[in-house]
Amino acid sequence: RYLALPQPADKVQCMYIWIDGSGENLRAKSRTVDFTPKSPKELPIWNFDGSSTGQAEGHNSDVMIHPVALFKDPFRGGNNRLVLCETYSHDGTVHRTNKRHSCNEVMQKVKDQHPWFGIEQEYTLQDTDLHPFGWPKNGFPGPQGPYYTGVGANKVYGRDVVEAHYRACLYSEVKIAGENAEVMPAQWEFQVGPCEGIDMGDHLWLARFLLHRVAEDFGIVVSFDPKPMPGDWNGAGAHTNYSTGAMRQPGGMKVMIEAIEKLGKRHASHIRAYDPHGGADNKRIDKFSYGVAHRGSSIRIPRQCSDEGCGYIEDRRPASNCDPYSVTEMIVRTTCLGETD
Amino acid sequence: MLGITQTTNKTTLLRYLALPQPEDKVQCMYIWIDGTGENLRAKTRTVDFVPKQATELPIWNFDGSSTGQAEGHNSDVMIHPVALFKDPFRGNNNKLVLCETYRHDGAVHPSNKRNSCNQVMQKAKGFEPWFGIEQEYTLLDTDLHPFGWPKNGFPGPQGPYYTGVGANNVHGRDIVESHYRACLYSEIKISGENAEVMPAQWEFQVGPCEGISMGDHLWVARFLLHRVAEDFGVVVSFDPKPMPGDWNGAGAHANYSTKEMRAPGGMKAMVEAIERLGKRHAAHIRAYDPNGGNDNRRRLTGRHETSSIDNFSYGVAHRGSSIRIPRQCSDDGCGYIEDRRPSSNCDPYSVTEMLVRTTCLNETD
Repeated sequence: RYLALPQPADKVQCMYIWIDGSGENLRAKSRTVDFTPKSPKELPIWNFDGSSTGQAEGHNSDVMIHPVALFKDPFRGGNNRLVLCETYSHDGTVHRTNKRHSCNEVMQKVKDQHPWFGIEQEYTLQDTDLHPFGWPKNGFPGPQGPYYTGVGANKVYGRDVVEAHYRACLYSEVKIAGENAEVMPAQWEFQVGPCEGIDMGDHLWLARFLLHRVAEDFGIVVSFDPKPMPGDWNGAGAHTNYSTGAMRQPGGMKVMIEAIEKLGKRHASHIRAYDPHGGADNKRIDKFSYGVAHRGSSIRIPRQCSDEGCGYIEDRRPASNCDPYSVTEMIVRTTCLGETD
Repeated sequence: MLGITQTTNKTTLLRYLALPQPEDKVQCMYIWIDGTGENLRAKTRTVDFVPKQATELPIWNFDGSSTGQAEGHNSDVMIHPVALFKDPFRGNNNKLVLCETYRHDGAVHPSNKRNSCNQVMQKAKGFEPWFGIEQEYTLLDTDLHPFGWPKNGFPGPQGPYYTGVGANNVHGRDIVESHYRACLYSEIKISGENAEVMPAQWEFQVGPCEGISMGDHLWVARFLLHRVAEDFGVVVSFDPKPMPGDWNGAGAHANYSTKEMRAPGGMKAMVEAIERLGKRHAAHIRAYDPNGGNDNRRRLTGRHETSSIDNFSYGVAHRGSSIRIPRQCSDDGCGYIEDRRPSSNCDPYSVTEMLVRTTCLNETD
């Protein structure tokens, strides 16, 4: 009833969104502006109390938020906007929790190589008691097998959240490329991409915000934890598909293999960058490996790319709670800028 | 609220589904049959155009090691779009895309029953084979007890429930109504519904469909049923004997005719066809459920309006026979025959292919 009330044309709600001190949680607050912004630069720099978000001490707690990307707001509609921000310290230095800034610099450097990304974001829906949504209370569903891409009330839980999220992403022009139910019941995946450069991180963080916010409307919690249920239940990842212009050209397989070999020499550094806790969340095998169509390897070359001799590679190591800015920056540093340990 | 389903607020969902969708972003839900031969799987991708034909859509793939269709080290299974339908869940220009599975090397996947059915239907095109399948199914609560039945108990004996009306006679009609409307919207050739003999058991009919479209329409109708029931927090079972004892099983009676059978004097062709079918009873039984006849063994007992699994029989208006000739067709001297043997969880591609092989292509054992 209230959202049906007409909104004055010259009053626009801008919800500023940022990543907090945990490196994985999002925060947001709104302000009214008197115009419809077309570019983030038109919006004022703002600030928030960093002592409440793990980003500052109490005595000097203003942390600045600089708008960097604009999206239509699917919750408020009309001209209202979601504003993705970078955090800065009050003295103008990049905040230590701001991973976008250096990612953007790296992406600017390699602009001519046209790095494209697509991330497969897995996540788990939980009830407010933090037990997976739809699972029997104080119990477990039958073993994994029937749930992956399943249909039916005993196969998938929480599809409404998925459907609502997909439509919200399409509306906001987030580059959502697909969805599927995952192996563990109440686990789902959506894919964002192909995005070039800095857009990958922007679109994925916005998509995560939309998911938390949509699920909030349903009274359901979203967890990006990489291993929400111990035992014989799948974990959650953020497989990162990656290519450069050269890999996508005929004969690109050579460049793909070169990239993989470079990645192989820096396995430990990448693992440290692939979750917000230096690798602790993401207890993967220590060995680096790769293979065609091999889902047990660190890097998988899709069968189709193997056949065509060009295409993209899939880095299966990032955890579901990774920072996509850190992941994409690391991949580009290693494979385009040739950085080594 | 019966059962233990956690539901999500549909009003909330509707708010999101009311958001306008960019015209050049279309959701395509690819649907396929998994390694069990009876369960469906689906996943979605966004495309940048509105497809008019299945062939315009890209071939995709999935992890077959999670669906009983591949090993982990070489697990990509390809899905080839073969039929398009409007998506009644997402509306707008969004589509449901029925697919066939292939191995990576291009070989037809062993679980893909459509490919050979399609080849047979192409060969037999001149016969104009028409089919209509009566799909029975049971609604279950999420504890897998039939929906609406007393917990830890049973309703009164069968009798009042078949085509019944009233809260003590039928359970779950909302699902039936929603499914019917969804099928009509998606242009599935749904021709009717009725409540069945066992309470919480229902039937819908799809047809008449020619050739390959019988299998296509029935599989998509099944998908729509699972998906609609999911929205209600209710489970659909296509098991042929969900409740042991004095409760009806579920079948997929397949009505069938060729151009010749439908023409005046067609009874001759009908009887010839039945005689051919009679000589291949065991081979047909093996094709009429996904477990080589073992599922049907629980259902085809000779009781509860079934024929016995070991004996082939036919008769006019005889519901205890393998093949029934409807009374009207007997009177008219032409029409169609009803093969009552297929199990509710049969693969309609396998059933229709077998019927055509035996009666049009004259294959024998």
